[in-house]
Amino acid sequence: MNLRWSALSWSLALLLLGLLGVLGGTAVGSQGVEMWWLGSPDPVVQHIIWDIRLPRSLGAWLGGALLGLAGAVAQGLFRNPLADPYLLGSASGASLGVSLYVSLLGGSVMAVGWLPRLGMTGAAFGGAVLAVMVTLFLARGVQQTVRLLLAGVVVGVVLGALASLVALMSPQVMQAMQGFLLGSTAFIGWSACALMALALGVCLSGSWALSRVLDALTLGESTAQSLGVPLPQARLLLVGFLSLATGAAVAQMGLIAFVGLAAPHAVRSLVRCTHAGVLVLSAWMGAALLLMADVLARSLMAPQEMPVGVLTAILGGAYLLWRMNRIGAGRS
Amino acid sequence: MLERWMQLLILALSLALMCSAAQGITVWDDRQQAVVLAKPAQRIVSLLPSLTETVCALGQCAKLVGVDRYSNWPDSVKSLPRMGGGIDPNIESIVAQKPDLVLLAGSTRGIERLQSLGITVLSLEPRTHSDVKRAVLTIAQALGLTPTEGERVWREIDTGVETAVQSLSAQARLQRVYLEVSPTPYGASESSFMGETLLRMGVRNILPAALGPFPQINPEWVVRAQPDVILAGDSSRQSLLKRPGWAQLRAVQQDRICVFSQDQSDVVMRAGPRMAEGARWIAQCLNRTARGTP
Repeated sequence: MNLRWSALSWSLALLLLGLLGVLGGTAVGSQGVEMWWLGSPDPVVQHIIWDIRLPRSLGAWLGGALLGLAGAVAQGLFRNPLADPYLLGSASGASLGVSLYVSLLGGSVMAVGWLPRLGMTGAAFGGAVLAVMVTLFLARGVQQTVRLLLAGVVVGVVLGALASLVALMSPQVMQAMQGFLLGSTAFIGWSACALMALALGVCLSGSWALSRVLDALTLGESTAQSLGVPLPQARLLLVGFLSLATGAAVAQMGLIAFVGLAAPHAVRSLVRCTHAGVLVLSAWMGAALLLMADVLARSLMAPQEMPVGVLTAILGGAYLLWRMNRIGAGRS
Repeated sequence: MLERWMQLLILALSLALMCSAAQGITVWDDRQQAVVLAKPAQRIVSLLPSLTETVCALGQCAKLVGVDRYSNWPDSVKSLPRMGGGIDPNIESIVAQKPDLVLLAGSTRGIERLQSLGITVLSLEPRTHSDVKRAVLTIAQALGLTPTEGERVWREIDTGVETAVQSLSAQARLQRVYLEVSPTPYGASESSFMGETLLRMGVRNILPAALGPFPQINPEWVVRAQPDVILAGDSSRQSLLKRPGWAQLRAVQQDRICVFSQDQSDVVMRAGPRMAEGARWIAQCLNRTARGTP
């Protein structure tokens, strides 16, 4: 009971942080921090707040939630605290899917219309599923941690290289792909928000329903099977949610590092609970992290803007290093 | 009586049609999309240096309200607000300037995002002489200038290129050149605007048109082709001689290399109104290297 309460209160706290972040995000932009949105009658200001800052802040929240959820699902599914959308190669697969889609259609990476976006999310999803499947195949399942990680690294590097090759073959796409590798929330509009919200709804409710499987898996595969868990089907579904979440986020924002890895770790350091709690909390945590990083990226060098992917890589890396050292110190 | 009314009505309608046609401006951009402006553009944001220079060459510099971070000519644009670059245009800064026209390259990120925010976007990415001409005429039209004004500016550019072409000595025309755009290395082939200038000079290019305007090449290609002269931008200065086998190149050993300074590189590499000045730099280099030959 106590556990449930602490999970619930953390969940509320993180959601509140996200809400504050979205509200704060509407006050931070090209000119640094401004409170001009407080009742300014200027239509351009209204336009900027409602059609630029609000969707991109909400988009950063949704994208962070997708990445945090994907990380939590991956870490639970593979019983590996290092599993994250990047280490399993799914992000590279997603970017290969996008680069193929872009070079085939000759369109710009950040298309805003409904159909191209759906197509791009589809391409990213396909690439992500493909990458995870190849990784699982190469690792011959998920039992051996080292094999899994090595296979993930191999698949990530090879698919990443293929994506670069595709971009190189069509010079028009080159610059667009370069931008894609620098993850950014600057181009998220309302339609992208709607798409990510849809993906988040599907993935969060789906993996939440399967959280019992993840709980059973912590006791080991054979124990889980003996508990009557339909393991193969459940695993397939979870890989699907993992890929959809990664694909949806990557297609709208480009590559954003470390959120998927760091969010579940941060959650586990705060609260001990079952996977149902970890999944939901990781989503809220990833959302809050990416949103705060985005607000920071907007204001650090205003009026210039730092791509948020660069910032999350630096901050996330520093955080994990700190955690690593703390765990090491605790043991010795 | 009814007939008289009908005639008046038709007259009024056709007048209204003519007025609306006279007020609106329709231009076609690189994506074959019609861009419609209700009136000549008054507040322009340019996200490509060559397009910034084109606006200014048309004498409309004062209408620029924002440029990308790489636009640096003429001096007056240096004080304008910066709107990021091609990979990271700052959408919010652009919208805040309330532009009625944004000029950008087709590969700029976020074009659709800008359009969905109700911004009029004209995408032009000059790579050849005819592209430059089209950009000058299209921008002149969007600015509400008469076609003759656009034609005049283009003729000035073209005459300037021709003067540079004529300044080349007969000896200089016999050389085979390699023109490097960036140290990756990307070169300028016969189908690029610099390549076209070289063709007009009668100078041979080691990169054929079939490779596309700016192909990425294997450094070995240059070693095998043994150009008489190497022209390169400032960015190649460090790496040029360190590439395997390049120290033994004939052009290197006989010091027939022209590495342009940063300012000169901007002029030579941009497909814009300063193309003629770029052609002059190229001609000067080729005349010098030709004199150096025994």
